Amino acid sequence: MLADKDRIFTNLYGMDDCTLAGAKKRGHWDGTADLIKKGQDWIITQVKESGLRGRGGAGFPTGLKWSFMPKNSDGRPHYLVVNADESEPGTCKDREIMRHDPHTLIEGCLIAGFAMRSNVGYIYIRGEYIREKELLQAAIDEAYADGLLGKNACNSGWDFDLYLHHGAGAYICGEETALLESLEGKKGMPRMKPPFPAGSGLYGCPTTVNNVESIAVVPTILRRGATWFSSFGRENNTGTKIFAISGHVNSPCVVEESMSITLRELIDKHCDGVRGGWDNLKAVIPGGASVPLLPKALCDDAIMDFDWLRDHQSGLGTAAVIVMDQSTDVVKAIWRLSKFYKHESCGQCTPCREGAGWMMRVMERFVSGEADIEEIDTLLRITKQVEGHTICALGDAAAWPVQGLIRHFRHEIEEKIIREKVPA
Amino acid sequence: MLRRFHHTQPESFAFSEENRKWAEAQITKYPEGRQASAIIPLLWRAQEQEGWLTKPATEYVADFLGMAHIRAYEVATFYFMFQLRPVGTTAHIQVCGTTSCMICGAEDLVEVCKERIAEKPHQVSPCGRFSWEEVECLGACANAPMVQIGKDYYEDLSRASFETLLNDLQDNKKPLPGSRKGRFSSEPESGIKSLSEMARQKDEFSPAVSLAQSEGAS
Ligand code: FES
Repeated sequence: MLADKDRIFTNLYGMDDCTLAGAKKRGHWDGTADLIKKGQDWIITQVKESGLRGRGGAGFPTGLKWSFMPKNSDGRPHYLVVNADESEPGTCKDREIMRHDPHTLIEGCLIAGFAMRSNVGYIYIRGEYIREKELLQAAIDEAYADGLLGKNACNSGWDFDLYLHHGAGAYICGEETALLESLEGKKGMPRMKPPFPAGSGLYGCPTTVNNVESIAVVPTILRRGATWFSSFGRENNTGTKIFAISGHVNSPCVVEESMSITLRELIDKHCDGVRGGWDNLKAVIPGGASVPLLPKALCDDAIMDFDWLRDHQSGLGTAAVIVMDQSTDVVKAIWRLSKFYKHESCGQCTPCREGAGWMMRVMERFVSGEADIEEIDTLLRITKQVEGHTICALGDAAAWPVQGLIRHFRHEIEEKIIREKVPA
Repeated sequence: MLRRFHHTQPESFAFSEENRKWAEAQITKYPEGRQASAIIPLLWRAQEQEGWLTKPATEYVADFLGMAHIRAYEVATFYFMFQLRPVGTTAHIQVCGTTSCMICGAEDLVEVCKERIAEKPHQVSPCGRFSWEEVECLGACANAPMVQIGKDYYEDLSRASFETLLNDLQDNKKPLPGSRKGRFSSEPESGIKSLSEMARQKDEFSPAVSLAQSEGAS
């Protein structure tokens, strides 16, 4: 188990003092100006060496992403945009940072902003997080009042303004280019790439969009050293990570742990085990709604990191672990996700707009069993026609859970269909 | 998904003096000429003022920001948090129905809403005070199942605790938000297993619950 002294988010549950004074006591905002004075290259190198990969789902190396920002300004401002639109079903980790440890994020914004030569940052928080918005805004106000933001922020010699902006209930705005559209005051419809945001993002200016957790861990990485961070987890999967465990465990919770912890340890140590014991486990969705589920047999040795889960045809995603015990109708559980993606498709690309509804309707019939066995393969074929054929990854996200279900639980769908056909 | 403005609309809309000042300050967050960026926050403020988002309010905000009305209609109809028809005057209850909540009992909560409020979502109860809808994951899954009412999250619900919540609202009480299983926030129910040294728990309530308390919840 990760030791408390190695946790970055030492106020994850909000039980300690959430104010700036409390944050400083816990070691945040310590020597920030000195870190900045070491320069952009040093910061980016440190972040690269720490092995930090984006915590929002895709797992792209954060330091590398920052290095895509232009080194010299052509007159256009640079923007840092923080993706706080936490909406992937199962995911509730950034919420804890924003409402309980907000100064980790604010300090991270200043450092990241400086590293990408940006004087302005926007945090885009999902609209439903109203209390989180109020608490984060209060923390930003405190930082301004203390001189940590604004002109010569934190006496670093760098000017940095940080603004909080909110959405209004559209999952798609968690996609970075949809988020930028939304931030510009439009419908959140993803943009074609290229151009990539680092070349032309917010208001047509160089922009980097990062997840809350990715930004919030940076100050501690710089203070404690890249090798400290990379000492956790397996190679290429380093660091500490916030996991959110929901569903059929005895004590669901949010917790920061070492990357590459086994699924079993995570559940047994922090959640008091699966409801009814480990053998009562049926399946786990290990990384938020969009990643394919793992049946119990794979859960037995599952390692919670990017590479292990990818190698087993799933993904770490947002590290939102949804646990389902034997009592679960797994076909229905995945149907509910199909319903989610149908609801949230922005409607721009035909394969996603039509496909998501189509997949949901077939899944609905699988739940009741009113379908033909051949339709399982038809559905699988349709998921392949949606996957990879849309502007953004929502089409993929809608297809993957269904593919995972058919891969591991085809027999359950078949049983439902057969039971329906044979009169009792 | 097809979303339209309600068939019956009020004559007009204007921000209260306080909201107008607030809106003007919001616009300064964005660069010159980019005031359209403020549209979601402004529409949201208009909805808070009226209880739901009316067509005149949408047009007012468009004019306020110098945008074509159609651009504001697009935003109002695209984002699900904008209520395009009147909601219950006491509470509009948003039940999360996505998978984590569903497998922890959200369907029971929906059933209670159907029994006690209205058969269909977005329908106002006969007394006019309540309405409900099923929404998608609200990002509080480790405290499932849960509902949002106004600014607040009510978490770790069961059929019984949800009924109590509704009774309190019916009696014009303002119940405190947060966990219904006695959790402080998202720590394990059986007690914290990490951060025990740092977690002094000096306050009775978490910061989010305290905010609601400062606004009169008890
Ligand atoms: S599934 Fe209900 S809050 Fe996430």
